[in-house]
Amino acid sequence: MTAPLQKTDVTEAEVPRQRAVTKANTPASGPAREGVVLNVFSHGFLALWALMIVLPLLWLVLSSFKTDAQIAGSAFGWPANWSFDVFTRAWDKGIGDYFVNTVIVLVFSVPLTMLFGSMAAYVLARYEFWGNRLVYYVFVAGAMFPVFLALVPLFFMVKLLGMLNTYQGLILVYVAYSLPFTVFFMHAFFRTLPTAVFEAAILDGASHTRTFFQVMLPMAKPGLLSVGIFNTLGQWNQFVLPTVLMQPQSGDDPERYVLTQGLIQLQQQQGYETDLPVLFAGVTIAMIPMLVVYLSFQRQVQAGLTSATLK
Amino acid sequence: MRKGQYQFVAGFLLVPVALYLVFVIWPYIQTFGYSLTDWKGQSQTFSFVGLDNYVALFQDDIFLGAIWHNILFLVFIPVITILLALFFAFMVNAGGRSRAGGVSGVAGAGFYKILYFFPQVLSLAILSVLFGAVYRSDSGGMLNGFLVSIGLVDPGAPVEWLNEPNFVLWALIAVIVWHGVGFYLVLFSAAMQSIPRDIYEAALIDGAGRAQSFFKITLPLLWDAVQTAWVYLGIVAMDMFILVSTMTAPGGEFGGGPDHASETMSTYLMRNFLIYGKSGYACAMGVVMLLLTLILSVVTLRATRRERIEF
Repeated sequence: MTAPLQKTDVTEAEVPRQRAVTKANTPASGPAREGVVLNVFSHGFLALWALMIVLPLLWLVLSSFKTDAQIAGSAFGWPANWSFDVFTRAWDKGIGDYFVNTVIVLVFSVPLTMLFGSMAAYVLARYEFWGNRLVYYVFVAGAMFPVFLALVPLFFMVKLLGMLNTYQGLILVYVAYSLPFTVFFMHAFFRTLPTAVFEAAILDGASHTRTFFQVMLPMAKPGLLSVGIFNTLGQWNQFVLPTVLMQPQSGDDPERYVLTQGLIQLQQQQGYETDLPVLFAGVTIAMIPMLVVYLSFQRQVQAGLTSATLK
Repeated sequence: MRKGQYQFVAGFLLVPVALYLVFVIWPYIQTFGYSLTDWKGQSQTFSFVGLDNYVALFQDDIFLGAIWHNILFLVFIPVITILLALFFAFMVNAGGRSRAGGVSGVAGAGFYKILYFFPQVLSLAILSVLFGAVYRSDSGGMLNGFLVSIGLVDPGAPVEWLNEPNFVLWALIAVIVWHGVGFYLVLFSAAMQSIPRDIYEAALIDGAGRAQSFFKITLPLLWDAVQTAWVYLGIVAMDMFILVSTMTAPGGEFGGGPDHASETMSTYLMRNFLIYGKSGYACAMGVVMLLLTLILSVVTLRATRRERIEF
């Protein structure tokens, strides 16, 4: 892991030797020659890390086409037969249900997060009233505490409301725990919107509510997209909250595991029955939506997550 | 402010604030209270035991070991991730062949950024299955398979990456680093690109080499981003729940093995809460986690404080 780091010294040490060689051939300027060497090293290390990212992923996807015996035998065999059965088998073995559960929860939780987050951020950013600062700081403070601090009472709160192992329980909890960041980010965004537009809308006779939904919210679209992607990724990948809140309470209670829980469940079943290709196929299925979302929105994903961290 | 505005503000804040208070703030506050009780969680009856839970915690060798492991994560995860990310960010942004005296990025910088970032959008559950397979303790595992094929490891006795107390923490650190480097590369790149180019050009005219311009210009101007990265990675290191609970041999339910060699505060908390039913004790652990997180943030921000450079 640390090898590339130590190699930085090599780059420096290598420079004089290379310089002597190039001096004979081309009378280039100092930094340019240094640049050529650095360029070769850059590409070398960058390509090495790129391989370290791609190979394990590719290897896992390939492994889902193998048989159990092949997987256990040797790490680098090529799959004997390319059958896609394993993906249907993985889907039927539970991945399908877990996938649907996750989608059901997110279809509600992400839009609700965006709606409630924007509403709160908007009034906090653009209206003066008593307690404004206090409410804002209470929201922002929530982003700094570890979720483990709340876990035990949260479980009993959701139980009290009769919402353990229900979609609506998880949806409400996801929304609540996504609010700090959403409010924080959208607050900054609404503050940058021009006041003139707002005043024009009010003068034209629009109500405050109407101004928000028809004027301000559409103007905040780039911000909404960034936070929306951030929340989608965060909630799709959430594991701790469903582990506590989505467990069947009795034998005849349906299993409402989300995808992350389901994968881990499949992985742990491997102790009793070996069907590793199904597990790997499950991971491949779980990876595909992420890959698609990422590749279609990679600019916004990177910008969203980066600005999220920097602010 | 007119009367209609108050109604509007109240109407917009009602639902978000209510959700947030019920599911986030109130559980956070309750944790402190419950941590002073012997609550078992099953019944509603419990009695006040003062600081007994905290006293017990600091005599609990497993918990003290868990704190120690979190501290190790806290040191190594940020250091390794940030150094690698800085190295790659510099390569991507300044490793290109210089044209006309300027400092330029490598060819394909955009491609590297897209690829490196991808692990960040995968859930840790996926990573757990992926690296579970990579670290398999027979030659069917990617790592062992590779080491066997180049002759470094005896096929008869492959390395037990996750069952060997001396390796397990490093194996977990490697996964988190693999997951995080791309994200921090993008973060640092964004910060690097906001540095005005004329500073570099001025330094170049004054005869500064690349190494000098990196340490004297880039790094000081990146300091804010590095500091942020440190806090975020510190929070990751305090958590570590998913990877430890799913990848390591059980030291009970929720991983932490072999023989508590990889136990973290979060896994021990979860086991005490969901398996042993010691809710009050688990709450006390939550409070300790919060305190350590706060100390971490304050210390990081203090220790890394520099004079702010405006540009």
